[in-house]
Amino acid sequence: MEYKDYYEVMGVSRTASPDDIKRSYRKLARKYHPDVSKEANAEEKFKEVQEAYEVLKDPKKREAYDQLGSQWKSGQEFRPPPGWQGFGDFGAGGGGGASFEGVDLGGFSDFFESFFGSRGGHAPRSRQQHAHREFHMRGSDQHAKIGITLEEAYNGGAKSVHLQTQEVDAQGHVQHKTRTLKINIPKGVVPGQQLRLSQQGAPGMGGAPAGDLFLEIEILPHHLFTLEGHDVYINLPITPWEAALGSKINVPTLGGPVDMKIAPNSQGGQKLRLKGRGLTSKTQPGDQYVLLQIMTPPAETESQRELYEKMAQEMPYNPRQHFSQ
Amino acid sequence: MVNKHLIVISVEENPELNLEELCHACDVTPEFIHNLIDYGVIEPRGFADENWRFDAEQVRRVRIITRLQHDLEVNIAGAALVLDLMDQMEKMRSRLELFDRYFK
Repeated sequence: MEYKDYYEVMGVSRTASPDDIKRSYRKLARKYHPDVSKEANAEEKFKEVQEAYEVLKDPKKREAYDQLGSQWKSGQEFRPPPGWQGFGDFGAGGGGGASFEGVDLGGFSDFFESFFGSRGGHAPRSRQQHAHREFHMRGSDQHAKIGITLEEAYNGGAKSVHLQTQEVDAQGHVQHKTRTLKINIPKGVVPGQQLRLSQQGAPGMGGAPAGDLFLEIEILPHHLFTLEGHDVYINLPITPWEAALGSKINVPTLGGPVDMKIAPNSQGGQKLRLKGRGLTSKTQPGDQYVLLQIMTPPAETESQRELYEKMAQEMPYNPRQHFSQ
Repeated sequence: MVNKHLIVISVEENPELNLEELCHACDVTPEFIHNLIDYGVIEPRGFADENWRFDAEQVRRVRIITRLQHDLEVNIAGAALVLDLMDQMEKMRSRLELFDRYFK
């Protein structure tokens, strides 16, 4: 397993005070919090920081970790000495409960677990305590995210979803399982939308029903379209004559190309609407907006330059008139 | 250990949750939800507790708030502000993407 340099993760020295460690944790937690941060690998970074803090904030764990000495380097292959049992007394995290968190299990590294025991995933704290007291208890609800393409959101349809669960058995061993669910994505789903899969969460206890599974929709970036709520936007580059004379242009939409009429004397930046061509769901309509972008044909030959000069004479036009008002 | 089996299951598109279901989904107490409603962070439909209905979008919001509270020690007012700013940022991000595509 890989050695983890918790001091390096926290950006503090080995002699840092508890206050220094706390300050550094708060700063890094804000920077990498997956709900807030748009840093690459925010989630992974955040987990590393949490793991490091879990050890360094606790004087007993920190002391145990420090006993390994400072000769180790981050990422170095770490082999515990023969007969090593970890630090034993830290106790495995609560039993029972499974956790879905997308593909990620949300647990700490092997390095952490070999020393301090498993945390048993992210099973909700309060619920675990209840679970020991009550014999009949509905399983906890679970949450996962699924990334789909814009086309999948538009069309809806069947999709296989792979979910990883982490379950702690009666002996306290953590078991990793992969479950494949085939679900029907409804038409017109949008980012952040929650789909509920009844009784697909954690199993219940004492014959009580399983919890529900909530799937949060994420939509992957598209090379042509930008999404805003249920509406999609596209830039449409056109020539000056298509804009000035009016034209019919074949425009891509999520449901396939359609012919769109450009009125004579259209301008760049104008927004045209194709009704119902966005992410239309059962309850919410979505439109497609087309932004006109007028492209200037390059004047490369003598006759092309003459044409532009002729235009300048024939149609004097000042697009900057509003500057002098 | 990998254990694969295929199940075809139905999906609820716009589930509405009552107070108990919302608490169960987010692993919070009804008092906590009352608090969030007082701060205007989430809005139920209906009047008395037992008639309250929450759309599933609220599950996402409540869970973000509990994570912010737990991980960053943010209080409810602060978390509510973060949520509002996140919504605004999301809108601005798609506008920015559009802008960047327009002005290459």
